[in-house]
Amino acid sequence: MIPGIGTLTQDTLWCFSQVKGTIEIGTTEADIISTVEFNHTGELLATGDKGGRVVIFQREQESKNQVHRRGEYNVYSTFQSHEPEFDYLKSLEIEEKINKIRWLPQQNAAYFLLSTNDKTVKLWKVSERDKRPEGYNLKDEEGRLRDPATITTLRVPVLRPMDLMVEATPRRVFANAHTYHINSISVNSDYETYMSADDLRINLWNFEITNQSFNIVDIKPANMEELTEVITAAEFHPHHCNTFVYSSSKGTIRLCDMRASALCDRHTKFFEEPEDPSNRSFFSEIISSISDVKFSHSGRYIMTRDYLTVKVWDLNMENRPIETYQVHDYLRSKLCSLYENDCIFDKFECVWNGSDSVIMTGSYNNFFRMFDRNTKRDVTLEASRENSKPRAILKPRKVCVGGKRRKDEISVDSLDFSKKILHTAWHPSENIIAVAATNNLYIFQDKVN
Amino acid sequence: MLPPPFPDWLWMLSKGLKRKREEEEEKEPLAVDAWWLDPGHAAVAQAPQAVASSSLFDLSVLKLHHSLQQSEPDLRHLVLVVNTLRRIQASMAPAAALPPVPSPPAAPSVADNLLASSDAALSASMASLLEDLSHIEGLSQAPQPLADEGPPGRSIGGAAPSLGALDLLGPATGCLLDDGLEGLFEDIDTSMYDNELWAPASEGLKPVPEDGPGKEEAPELDEAELDYLMDVLVGTQALERPPGPGR
Repeated sequence: MIPGIGTLTQDTLWCFSQVKGTIEIGTTEADIISTVEFNHTGELLATGDKGGRVVIFQREQESKNQVHRRGEYNVYSTFQSHEPEFDYLKSLEIEEKINKIRWLPQQNAAYFLLSTNDKTVKLWKVSERDKRPEGYNLKDEEGRLRDPATITTLRVPVLRPMDLMVEATPRRVFANAHTYHINSISVNSDYETYMSADDLRINLWNFEITNQSFNIVDIKPANMEELTEVITAAEFHPHHCNTFVYSSSKGTIRLCDMRASALCDRHTKFFEEPEDPSNRSFFSEIISSISDVKFSHSGRYIMTRDYLTVKVWDLNMENRPIETYQVHDYLRSKLCSLYENDCIFDKFECVWNGSDSVIMTGSYNNFFRMFDRNTKRDVTLEASRENSKPRAILKPRKVCVGGKRRKDEISVDSLDFSKKILHTAWHPSENIIAVAATNNLYIFQDKVN
Repeated sequence: MLPPPFPDWLWMLSKGLKRKREEEEEKEPLAVDAWWLDPGHAAVAQAPQAVASSSLFDLSVLKLHHSLQQSEPDLRHLVLVVNTLRRIQASMAPAAALPPVPSPPAAPSVADNLLASSDAALSASMASLLEDLSHIEGLSQAPQPLADEGPPGRSIGGAAPSLGALDLLGPATGCLLDDGLEGLFEDIDTSMYDNELWAPASEGLKPVPEDGPGKEEAPELDEAELDYLMDVLVGTQALERPPGPGR
């Protein structure tokens, strides 16, 4: 096995590393994890939840004594990013749920991240403090002001070590720019701007300016009765700061170049796969709705997730994807029930590994799937407390479609549709993955031989 | 909190559907949703397909109704359900073999009329709902002059065309892409569709005039609401200023 950069060869074995969160059966809704994201070095792992909180984990320094046990992630900082709000003008509650977190590349000792709920994006600074000034002249040890008349000598305050304190402070609040619900944020490769996308519009922001933003995409029709399509996800190209893509509820992806015009309503490229007539049903459109779009690290490909598949597109070929992977095709015959219980509207995300050779996405029953683009192998794994012994190797799972069910297989009808893996993240350079299962965060690593 | 705006007869439609379901349980199995799928009719040969579409149709309408009951509907969910409804309806349209929907049998209940004419009515309602959502944006800008009764910021005049387009007793062609769409996306005055103010089906399906059932309560509501909103608007400026940099 080639260590380091991820490949999914026959020898890759995934092991349980850690789980964060409570074991209780009755989950508080506020604890449900709604987004997971590694930072650019993989040193930090952030989660956002429905209660508006952000929890950041930091990887321990690896110890020389325990080479086989890679650094664990421990809580580094927790803060309340968004609070529930009430819009008085429209008599509407604004949910505090964190929809997305995106890290900025590190430029100094502090860490910066963007977090967003349905309406407001915030820039947070996370910094460490391990020294405290002591020996003020005008204040006493408790901080009370001293009467200057009582001061007879002067001293120079000194910095003394203190217990490490990690502070999170909101540095910018980008509000009042979205009428509809924000589904995506993406930091531009120029590190000066970022975009936020809602159902009908995409806005471009400068990090320094909070009271205005540029509208770069607007698909709201003049007559709302003509509305048939919404924006579902958007992302900047990893290297070309003028290029971005956005996906729609009709299964299309548009690539736009901001140099072409100020308002990018006219796309530069339009990616759409023709509908397969044999698979046509009332639900064709719903299952074609793209729930996530991600550029590869190389910037040459985009990956999209719709209800049943993950697709990889070459930027140079618009008429069809170059690869299609079936995530859980056994659900195709169950679409009516899934429509009835609204599961068909679930929005799964997808991620690339560091070398763009393996892609991962979630499914039901706390299953998640990985596809190796080179070997065409795929594996289904499960995030569950039963497999939670330290360094326990995850056993591949299999869903039995019909006929005889083998001992280790699970039948389609036994799947638990309330256990969905919507959010996953892959370390930028190592085989470490974070999987959010409702209110628990699982961290898995590959086994180091 | 007032219920979100939706046309009166989408509300009635879902009520009608519920009542129809209850009646179904008591009657024979073939007392299906649409009365015009009567077993005696020649078109019943297509009944299985039609019934499946019909129940999917009902389900979709209920989903639409439920979606609209959210304080702020999920636009993606709404659009997908509406588009699916359009597909289902398009497949049901070759019910040209069936008798024209709105000519009722001996003793039509109001609910039957609702269901029978639901197509045009539904297209109207969906369009109006989506248009109404567009006025959410209008609210976040300067509020409308408060001369009229009704919640400030709402375009009262918009309600009339939408009601006018809902000719429930008129012929329904069963095609969602009918001309009756234009009124549907007009703004709807919330106060008129306050649930408690609506009498059940016996009141009939006539479009409600703007100074309708809510009249007695509306002035009271508005004054208090007005004052409150003015206070908030004045206060809002200070509240929403973001923390400056360097703090």
